[in-house]
Amino acid sequence: MTTLDFSPRPGAAPLPRMVLAQAGAEARAMLRNGEQLLLTLIIPILLLVGFSQAALIDVEGSRIGFVTPGILALAVMSTAFTGQAIATGFERRYGVLKRLGATPLSRAGLLLAKTCAVIAVEIIQVVVIGAVALALGWSPHGNPLWVILLVLLGTAAFSGLGLLMAGTLRAEATLAGANLVYLVLLGLGGVVFPLTKFPSGIQPILELLPITALTQGMRSVLENGAGFPTGPVIVLLCWTVAGLGLAARTFRWE
Amino acid sequence: MRAGGSASGAGAAVEISGLIKRYGRTIAVDGLTMACGRGEVTAILGPNGAGKTSTIEICEGYRRLDAGTVRVLGLDPADPSLRPRLGVMPQAGGVPPAARAGEWLRVVSRFYAHPLDPGALLDLLGLTDHARTPYRRLSGGQQQRLSLAAAVIGRPELVFLDEPTAGLDPQARHACWDVVTGLRDAGVSVVLTTHHMDEAEKLSDHVVVIDHGRVVAEGSPETLTGAERQLRFRARPGLNLDELLSALPPGSAAKESPAGHYIIEGQVGPQLLATVTAWCATEGVTAEDLSIERRTLEDVFLELTGRELR
Repeated sequence: MTTLDFSPRPGAAPLPRMVLAQAGAEARAMLRNGEQLLLTLIIPILLLVGFSQAALIDVEGSRIGFVTPGILALAVMSTAFTGQAIATGFERRYGVLKRLGATPLSRAGLLLAKTCAVIAVEIIQVVVIGAVALALGWSPHGNPLWVILLVLLGTAAFSGLGLLMAGTLRAEATLAGANLVYLVLLGLGGVVFPLTKFPSGIQPILELLPITALTQGMRSVLENGAGFPTGPVIVLLCWTVAGLGLAARTFRWE
Repeated sequence: MRAGGSASGAGAAVEISGLIKRYGRTIAVDGLTMACGRGEVTAILGPNGAGKTSTIEICEGYRRLDAGTVRVLGLDPADPSLRPRLGVMPQAGGVPPAARAGEWLRVVSRFYAHPLDPGALLDLLGLTDHARTPYRRLSGGQQQRLSLAAAVIGRPELVFLDEPTAGLDPQARHACWDVVTGLRDAGVSVVLTTHHMDEAEKLSDHVVVIDHGRVVAEGSPETLTGAERQLRFRARPGLNLDELLSALPPGSAAKESPAGHYIIEGQVGPQLLATVTAWCATEGVTAEDLSIERRTLEDVFLELTGRELR
């Protein structure tokens, strides 16, 4: 038998090391999960290619210029909301969150790790989707800083909603609900179908959805080279405060 | 060899006083008072639903108590500074089903300042060949061993093991026992729950029997089983024990349980032995496997908690 030195030498690792280790585990789990990849990369790329190449929608200007910002917004939603909600819901169900609670990794550290993992996957999504779009003739405009700000705010808003769902519903309900919300927001949020195609009465309501704010903000910067996207930023900030605030109050760890 | 208690202060590893825990109208823990010594292995025994897991989960900081006091290494169980000092093995689960065994253990090791080497620990617990296997495809016993590895990897002062050997095959049980013995020899305090009496008898310095949320007996395995001895033998079933009893000194007891297995209790000495063998001779039976034994912990346990199924 191998002998190991079990003599006590307790101590927590520095926070960055803990967060990095957990974030790495979460990112690997997302990238290895087939259903998650379908949602985060395959569906967005199919939509990007399909809607930019075939004349399925009627837009002013180039189709790829219209579709790409929407697909980038969809990518953020798929990872920060759908993927994170489903993964966290099942982690809760399998006692993973409870088990982590017995380690030196604090809850704040765990949330930080989840955020880092989501952002890491989003970077991969942006690189892959951007490369495909560029190959299809996309020429982005605008200030990249505003794009980064929108992606981060969108991530925060969708994470809040995803964690709100994962922390209150059963894992199966989260699985079904998160996919349903993904589909509904994909249809209603101006991702590929222009908002102008909806009846003018409901357009102002649709504009208050987080996906619509993210899509329109991305489009205003990347397609039209517009300046600071004030409206979308305010909408996303409101969703962030509401989502994260409610999630923090209602989240059940087991 | 014992390395002695841990350096960080005196007092018990766990001190529980008047602990009460309710779930709705059910009282799971009902005024429980017990202590677990530093550097000792404490086994908590009790039938299903006796309150073992509730008690241990309160000590781990998972559950809030309704009344009483609990001190773990002298601190409130919710104190975050306890987390690196404790090792926890839950009864089941806690690992993402898709996570690979070796990767997951390595991630857990990164939460601690001075972890054991994950590879060496996998090796010790016979999991090296399964390091790349996702948790959900490990056998029940392999999952338990991985969970045990994660409980000790941070070099804790105090380890809680909730039914660590449930569902393990004999080899895996022995590997688990070796870890517990290794921890004890290194001065780590261990609190475990178990349904295996032989395990408690073999591993622990201190046994606490709880039932209906209260302590019904505690002490070292030796004190609990007592000085009382029994004489056991096998013979053909259905012998008339009344005749034997009338020949034995008053206060003796004789029973057949199960059929063909006889147990005589009382002042077990040369006189009693001679009486029993003489009686066997008159009955024309040979007493096989005749032995004088201490009561087992299982006898004590069943006496204390009854035989009815829960």
